[in-house]
Amino acid sequence: MKYLALLFLLGGFFFTFVAALGVIRFPDFYTRMHASGKGDTLGVALSLIGLIFYLAIEDGFTLTSVKLLFISVFIFLANPIGTHAICRAAYKCGLKPWTRGGE
Amino acid sequence: MNKRFGSVILDTTFRYLVPFILVYAVYVLFHGEYSPGGGFQAGALFAIAIVLDRLVQGDKAPLNIHGNWAVIIAGIGAMIYALVGITSILAGGNMLEYGMLPFVHDVVERHVLGILVIEIGVTVCVMATIVAIFDALARREDLL
Repeated sequence: MKYLALLFLLGGFFFTFVAALGVIRFPDFYTRMHASGKGDTLGVALSLIGLIFYLAIEDGFTLTSVKLLFISVFIFLANPIGTHAICRAAYKCGLKPWTRGGE
Repeated sequence: MNKRFGSVILDTTFRYLVPFILVYAVYVLFHGEYSPGGGFQAGALFAIAIVLDRLVQGDKAPLNIHGNWAVIIAGIGAMIYALVGITSILAGGNMLEYGMLPFVHDVVERHVLGILVIEIGVTVCVMATIVAIFDALARREDLL
């Protein structure tokens, strides 16, 4: 159980790190939203599942675990939708996507 | 900001998420004594539900407080707060002295009732104030 928690937490850290790196390194708004939307969602969800396993080492499956599960479900729902809404607003405002050759 | 913004995705998500937000707001309001939360946070959650509706569905949102009603409802919330205080003055105590409220016999029950009514007043006031601020911002964007 301990190693399962460790595995999930490390996976969560990895994906959050990749998301942050993508936000820094990618060239324009849409690609940055792509990185943060996917990477953050998966990273936070994996971290929360790792925390559930970590709690289960001593206490088993308790009310706190259920709350963590609810949080991860709602983040899974809300984070991509937020990314969608922000990108839609940017597209409606007329922001052009980046291309390799420029305009 | 008064035009309709939503796509199919946003409308559907709105329909599934906002009931949970409302239920969670009621939970936060009634569990204010023994877990983090209370009137202010519950009001913010209610207001978030209304603001999300306004953002996604524009002026014709089903869950909405129109124009001046936001300010009126905020006033009602503050009045609930003040009335509890004045009631305890009229019953012979200090301002907001819950133990002197005239309704229930048990002192602890009186404290719980007084705090709960005050929290409801705070919730209503905060909700309507946030909606009023949002209204003001949306109106300014229309003028530009």
